[in-house]
Amino acid sequence: MDYVIEMLGIRKEFNGFVANDNITLQLAKGEIHALLGENGAGKSTLMNVLFGLYQPEAGEIKVNGKTVHITNPNIANELGIGMVHQHFMLVDTFTVTENIVLGNEPKKFGTVNMKQAEQKVRELSEQYGLAVDPTAKIADISVGMQQRVEILKTLYRGAEMLIFDEPTAVLTPQEIKELIQIMRALIKEGKSIILITHKLKEIMEVCERVTVIRKGKGIGTVNVSETNPNHLASLMVGRDVTFTTEKADAVPAQSVLEVRGLSVNDSRGVQAVRNLDLDVRAGEIVGICGVDGNGQTELIEAITGLRKVKGGTVMLNGKNITSFKPRKVTESGVAHIPQDRHKHGLVLDYPIGVNMVLQTYYQNPFSKAGIMNYKEVYKKANTLIEEFDVRTPSETTLARALSGGNQQKAIIGREVDRDPDLLIAAQPTRGLDVGAIEFIHRRLIEQRDNGKAVLLLSFELDEIMNVSDRIAVIYEGQIVAVVEPKETTEQELGLLMAGSKKGAGERV
Amino acid sequence: MSKKWTVLAVPVISVLLGLLAGAIIMIVSGNNPAAGYMALWNGAFGDSFYTGETLRQMTPYIFAGLAVAFAFRTGLFNIGVEGQLLVGWLASVWVGLAFTDLPKVVHLPMAIAAGALAGALWGFIPGFLKARLRVHEVIVTIMMNYTALHVTNHFIRNVISDGSDATDAVNETASLRSPFLENLTDFSSLHNGIYLAVIAAILMWFMLEKTTLGYELRAVGYNQHASEYAGMNVNRNIILSMVISGAFAGIGGAMQGLGTFGNMFINSGFSGIGFDGIAVALLGGNTAIGVVLAALLFGALKVGSLNMPIESGVPNELVEIVIALIIFFVASSYMITWLLGRFKKKEAK
Amino acid sequence: MEKRKFGFAMSMVLAAGTILGACGGGGDEATDNGSGSSDEGADKFTVAMVTDVGGVDDKSFNQSAWEGLQAFGDENGLQKGTGGYDYIQSKSDADYKTNLNTAVRNEFDLTYGIGYKLKPAIEEVAKQRTESQFAIVDDVVEGLDNVTSITFKEHEGSFLVGVVAGLQTKSNKIGFIGGIESDLINKFAGGFEAGVKAVNPDADVAIEFAGAFDKADKGQQMASAMYSSGVDIIYHAAGGTGNGVFAEAKSLKETDPEKEVWVIGVDRDQAEEGKVTVNGEEKNVTLTSMVKRVDLAVQDVATKAMNGEFPGGEVIEYGLDASGVSIAPTQDNLTDESKAAVKEWTEKIKNGEVEVPTAPGGN
Repeated sequence: MDYVIEMLGIRKEFNGFVANDNITLQLAKGEIHALLGENGAGKSTLMNVLFGLYQPEAGEIKVNGKTVHITNPNIANELGIGMVHQHFMLVDTFTVTENIVLGNEPKKFGTVNMKQAEQKVRELSEQYGLAVDPTAKIADISVGMQQRVEILKTLYRGAEMLIFDEPTAVLTPQEIKELIQIMRALIKEGKSIILITHKLKEIMEVCERVTVIRKGKGIGTVNVSETNPNHLASLMVGRDVTFTTEKADAVPAQSVLEVRGLSVNDSRGVQAVRNLDLDVRAGEIVGICGVDGNGQTELIEAITGLRKVKGGTVMLNGKNITSFKPRKVTESGVAHIPQDRHKHGLVLDYPIGVNMVLQTYYQNPFSKAGIMNYKEVYKKANTLIEEFDVRTPSETTLARALSGGNQQKAIIGREVDRDPDLLIAAQPTRGLDVGAIEFIHRRLIEQRDNGKAVLLLSFELDEIMNVSDRIAVIYEGQIVAVVEPKETTEQELGLLMAGSKKGAGERV
Repeated sequence: MSKKWTVLAVPVISVLLGLLAGAIIMIVSGNNPAAGYMALWNGAFGDSFYTGETLRQMTPYIFAGLAVAFAFRTGLFNIGVEGQLLVGWLASVWVGLAFTDLPKVVHLPMAIAAGALAGALWGFIPGFLKARLRVHEVIVTIMMNYTALHVTNHFIRNVISDGSDATDAVNETASLRSPFLENLTDFSSLHNGIYLAVIAAILMWFMLEKTTLGYELRAVGYNQHASEYAGMNVNRNIILSMVISGAFAGIGGAMQGLGTFGNMFINSGFSGIGFDGIAVALLGGNTAIGVVLAALLFGALKVGSLNMPIESGVPNELVEIVIALIIFFVASSYMITWLLGRFKKKEAK
Repeated sequence: MEKRKFGFAMSMVLAAGTILGACGGGGDEATDNGSGSSDEGADKFTVAMVTDVGGVDDKSFNQSAWEGLQAFGDENGLQKGTGGYDYIQSKSDADYKTNLNTAVRNEFDLTYGIGYKLKPAIEEVAKQRTESQFAIVDDVVEGLDNVTSITFKEHEGSFLVGVVAGLQTKSNKIGFIGGIESDLINKFAGGFEAGVKAVNPDADVAIEFAGAFDKADKGQQMASAMYSSGVDIIYHAAGGTGNGVFAEAKSLKETDPEKEVWVIGVDRDQAEEGKVTVNGEEKNVTLTSMVKRVDLAVQDVATKAMNGEFPGGEVIEYGLDASGVSIAPTQDNLTDESKAAVKEWTEKIKNGEVEVPTAPGGN
């Protein structure tokens, strides 16, 4: 086979920590090659080595058969390697064209020749089917568009080999479909692509071959045609992974959460939750399913006291907790795994151990008479870290330094440990890899089996279908239907979420 | 381990770099840097008198630095230390003058408390505006510096004194003056405030690192959303932080009013101590011990530089430049480490 | 890598230590030198002055005092420095005591504190250093035998420039801009007003205070308002703030060379400050100045002290009679009538015929 890029036996260490250990990746001309691994497995490190951001301790890089030393990103660019970053590196107030030519502007008498640049951008976007308006401002275009600008940036610089770093993480399903088409168009034009991802579906759909790394080690390269998602997952995680979560039937008992006639406004003052009723019983998981922006976030914020309630009541175990302050809600027996773990879930600049008492620091034994007892705090933290398999160098490591999965495990540990009557989990698996997802699902079910009421909010239908015992479909701030996963299909849910069966739901 | 050493080495190296840059300036302008720095050293620590003066100058710097650092640790930028210091100064002097027959054990703490309260009030206003109306504290505190300057001047002229531009000296029962320290340092104006400053530094460390209050304040400083989620009262903590910061600054003013000067006079401009406090806090890495060390450096530079022209013949203007260079290097080093830290974080991601 | 950095830091610290050590040694030497020079200068009389925050080049009384010290030094063959005469600048109000002590520690025989702001510091330091001699300019320290107080009859000099203003105003509107309102500045205002009224009872004198001695911008603003209200002569007693008055007058003169705008300077002969070139022609907006001869007073007290006649505990008031205050030698812009009137009123004040008020509002 003709390889355009060969990374052979790459090894990279950071202060004694081996991030890449003897990894080999060979990219053939005209293929889409997946680089698969869990969060923190060393994918980004490997690509940064290729891109000249890190120097490897051992191993060899060949481009088009010739050994090269890539000591900085400019050399990578010159060799025809382009990187489409996960976090876009664009200037919001510049136009598409200005961003694309930034640092590489066509000059005319010492000034930038924007006309010529725009022409070039237009040509490129037509050639590869990347529809963008060259004169639009970045701030005014969608995330999917912005990604195309990133792709155009690399093409403009003459990239032959493109690295896509988790490109689908920020896209909507429709945008993902479009991206896949773009990638195919690029291949047709003779480019080669490395796709960094942990989403197996995508790999199965577009890639020819996949190189798997686990905990910094190269596990091997397989042809996609000769494998299946289960096999890939087990290669990635190092053990068998089940996609359909095994669980016994729910044995629901008394009602724990009773929401009646709840109305809530969103931040702009527009009514987001309208006269909503919802019940969650002990020993069951209720999944809330709906298109983003239909009042889910406001519902949860209202229950947990983070948002003002306009009307209606929230009862917990028969006690009215409407409009309680967050602390009173917590003390009443509600735990909350927040949607955005960086914004709400953790104080990233606190040690992970200190984050474990974020709601309970003022209680015995973590403090007495206003004086903190950090010894007790860390003792508690260590038990939780062990019990919930939070992988961290130590309990005093800053939360910021942990991977997303481990941060989430820490939050779940903290919330579950308070032994709440109601556990609210909002998008608990967002951005996590299969191993972590499986772990979290098991924990949620475990809570249910222990007789807790669990309210799950997710935008992933798979997750809703697998984990929930009952599914409440939310549309425009109301629960329009409550169905059982066994008696419904993704198609039906999709229609309900779009509001089309609203009338029918009410008649039943 | 190595991290700890960089924490120490960076400010030390930057001070040395500043001295080096100052030396170059002195050589270029035809002065003798060795003589200049000798004079600086002698003027700051040359004998017990100058050591006393340096420690006296350090006292309000510690309070100003602690005030800035405390607010900074809770995510607020208190530019208003200067104003809080002025009102604290005024309030302490006022109480020091108003009561004549109280025993010292009552009167002195009362005067200091008055300074703390006044400073706290001056901090409360921007804190309240920030918490309730999201008005940025930098703008409010800058404005309140001017308000403080003119309000205190008005009070001195029209309320506390009879049209005079200085108040009488505070009563002995409210004075921080210490004959013991004065004798020890050959009549320097070192006063008991230095003990209070050290106690205040320990207090700040304890409050931030060891109490639930500090846990909350720092959490709010790092991440308001998470703090709110965790059930902390974010608005209350913002106000509290500004109040405590203002109280530190106010006591710093009391040090001037009850110690250094023993009175208050019309200030035609800012004393600069509050602004230097920002540099002290930054240089000290916003930690209590760092603030104390940085305050010592600033105090030594300020007092020692007075001696440079007369002992070494380095002209005054040049002295100002040299001192400014040292401060510049010190401040920029902080920025450099901060930037380095940022880069490291990004790489880690 | 880390080790190397650490080593570097260590060597820097060590180097610093060595330098500081050397400094320490040098410091001893310096003190030795100091005492040596004072030994050899035992017959020489040394003087120092501590400025207020205005600094030695404030174009006002700090500078004037320094000129007096320099004249004294020249007269007696002294060098600038610790063995002769020198000044120490204060950068903040907290520096006065430190600087006075520094002067004492450098064994100056006489130390001046320039400006009323130094009064508390002088009082305190003089009590502690009873063996040293001090003098305060512009204020009175009472009850201390080792302090002489030097004051001026500013109202008398201000009266004379008031006479000039009263005679030369065209608009009968005259302005006074003071620094901070105080007994001292009121002497200027009172004398000035009385002088104007003595020769021109119809003229109005607007008296205003800037609230600061170092705010040239404020001075300029106030002057601008006054001139545009029809005032044609402004007398300032506002130190650095007064520089703004000059700036405003000059800029008015530049835009309209025919406009009659005048400034009366204070403390020193401020003719230099008023120079302005309009269309290649040199003009001067300084009408004249009320000169406070701080230099003469400083020189006088120093000479007395050198001769063993230090007037400790006394308050010396320098007035017209002792040339402590006067109208400036630069009188190019004065009419002959004014010059004659100045002479006439000088005599009247000297022989006690006229008592000049020390605060405005006498009428």
